[in-house]
Amino acid sequence: MATNTTFTNLFGRSPFKPLQEHMLVVKECAREVPKIFQALCDGDTKRVKEVQAKIFELESKADIIKNDLRAHLPKSLFMPVDRRDLLEVLNLQDSVADTAQDIAGLLVERSMEVHDSMKQPLMNMVSRCVDACVHSARIIGRLDELVETGFRGPESEAVLAMVEELNMIESDTDQMGVELSRNLFAHEDSMKPISVVLWYDLIKMIGSLADDAEKIGNRLRLLLAR
Amino acid sequence: MEIIQEFGTIFIVIAIIFGLYMTWGIGANDVANVMGTSVGSGAITVKTAIIIAAIFEFLGAALAGGNVTKTIRKDIIDPTLIADNPEVLIFGMLAALLAAGVWLMIASTRGWPVSTTHSIVGAVVGFAIAGIGLEAVAWAKIGQIVASWVISPVLGGAVAFVLMMSIRKLILNTSNPFAMAKKWGPVYVFLVGFIISLVTMFKGLKHLNFELSVAMSFALAVAFGFLIALIGWWMIQRVQVDADADKEFHFASVEKVFVPMMIFTACAMAFAHGSNDVANGVGPLAAVYGLVKSGGELTQKSEMPIWILMIGGFGIVVGLSTYGYKVMRTIGTKITELTPTRGFCATMAAAATVVLASRTGMPVSTTHIAVGAVIGVGFARGIGALDLRVIGGIVMSWIITLPIGGVLAAIFYFMLRGIFT
Repeated sequence: MATNTTFTNLFGRSPFKPLQEHMLVVKECAREVPKIFQALCDGDTKRVKEVQAKIFELESKADIIKNDLRAHLPKSLFMPVDRRDLLEVLNLQDSVADTAQDIAGLLVERSMEVHDSMKQPLMNMVSRCVDACVHSARIIGRLDELVETGFRGPESEAVLAMVEELNMIESDTDQMGVELSRNLFAHEDSMKPISVVLWYDLIKMIGSLADDAEKIGNRLRLLLAR
Repeated sequence: MEIIQEFGTIFIVIAIIFGLYMTWGIGANDVANVMGTSVGSGAITVKTAIIIAAIFEFLGAALAGGNVTKTIRKDIIDPTLIADNPEVLIFGMLAALLAAGVWLMIASTRGWPVSTTHSIVGAVVGFAIAGIGLEAVAWAKIGQIVASWVISPVLGGAVAFVLMMSIRKLILNTSNPFAMAKKWGPVYVFLVGFIISLVTMFKGLKHLNFELSVAMSFALAVAFGFLIALIGWWMIQRVQVDADADKEFHFASVEKVFVPMMIFTACAMAFAHGSNDVANGVGPLAAVYGLVKSGGELTQKSEMPIWILMIGGFGIVVGLSTYGYKVMRTIGTKITELTPTRGFCATMAAAATVVLASRTGMPVSTTHIAVGAVIGVGFARGIGALDLRVIGGIVMSWIITLPIGGVLAAIFYFMLRGIFT
């Protein structure tokens, strides 16, 4: 006799566990980014390559979870959150890992020179952007509690407060990005023009780690508002 | 008439065998389904589930199943048309039992969402059309029964939704959910005892020669509810905060409070299931016995002997212990989303709805109502993911089970008639 009954078939695979799992991998991936910049500042090319390999590995691990989650999300599923919102959060999480991968790829493929006066503000900004990613992972980690409480009450208020904090971290990174660009342009005459352009891009890429992390939080705020 | 006198004992023996077969099937699949939630949440072991099922399925059938049994054996078919040859009804009821049992067996092997109730009703109607004629079927009654199949899961869902919302309001969305869970837990246990006993007693124990006034019913139900709540309170007090688990999931300790509470809903669910599914499973057996005893007198009011219900209970326990425990174990691992709070809401809502249906004599499907109740919890945004394709499967099973049960019953009816006449 089949042990699949009407009752068991009713239960679809919850998307929240894999979504949280995905975010944990993405967070680990983002955490490698300061390491690769540190290695760059130290002029340790071997270390840059090592960290790059680690980032690529984590990114593809995240991709596997992402594709698996997408494959198990049929339209007939009834979930406490809108299917589109869920996919959007997944995409945002994924783009954090993608950005980390792009940064690592560029740093390995082209040997970038770092102006001494840029090193400290650069490391500060990178670490703040990673803070944003870690913070949004913490928010995603609260999803089980949100489902338990029906996205209402003290639990949802706590998560809203976390989203506020995330927004503040992101504004910090915006400010740091502006200052870093200013620093870069102040030294542009002493650098190769292509380097200046690429550094400008890199600063934007670093900033978008925090931007996407913030968007994850904002998307969750939308879920709570309904 | 002579046929009944000649083969009376044989008919009863066959009816018992078919009835056992049918209830074995119910025990192997259906009961596992209804008890699976409690086993899955870790509230009770498989062994305890079998013991609870044995006791409460029987109690449910004996105390609250009378009306459903009556519906199956008397209200679907108009017997005045066959007053001259009552053996038709005997062959018909035997055929219906066998047809429902066989169809259930086939369907469960394939994992189709089939309900015992629908098989039985379809089989009885099928035999009536084939053996007597279209006009022998009480179509108004069938209309009511079919309507109850749609209404009951919706009602179960609505009750589960309200329960879930109340648990959120009173317990989960407060500043100290664990303390609130301990405070309100016994109240919810009281509700389980109160509602189930009230519905059962409210003008419902006449068949046991036990008549209660409305006030008496209420007083007894309150007393019973308090007794249950006291036991629940005692069990809940012993639940301790698990700080480590709370770090991982903030409501882990709150969920632990609901674990002992699920023992009560498990009992209520077994009781409800007994009052409906067991009752309609042994309905045809009761009909055959009644006819043989009265020598074919259709109009005579026959009592439902207790041993018939015991056979039903026995079949269920055998089904559970030979096969149902396996189903139960699988269900437990597959429905991890149904945490104790959610499981409590869904099971309590389903149990209350089924008992209510049983009191009004409506043969409903416990499984379908349980599905409705879980969806109700889902509508309260309480469950990660529900696959609503199941609803389509349920509707399909209504459409398919009725004609197949009917055709099988018609075939078995002509076979039995051929053998004995």
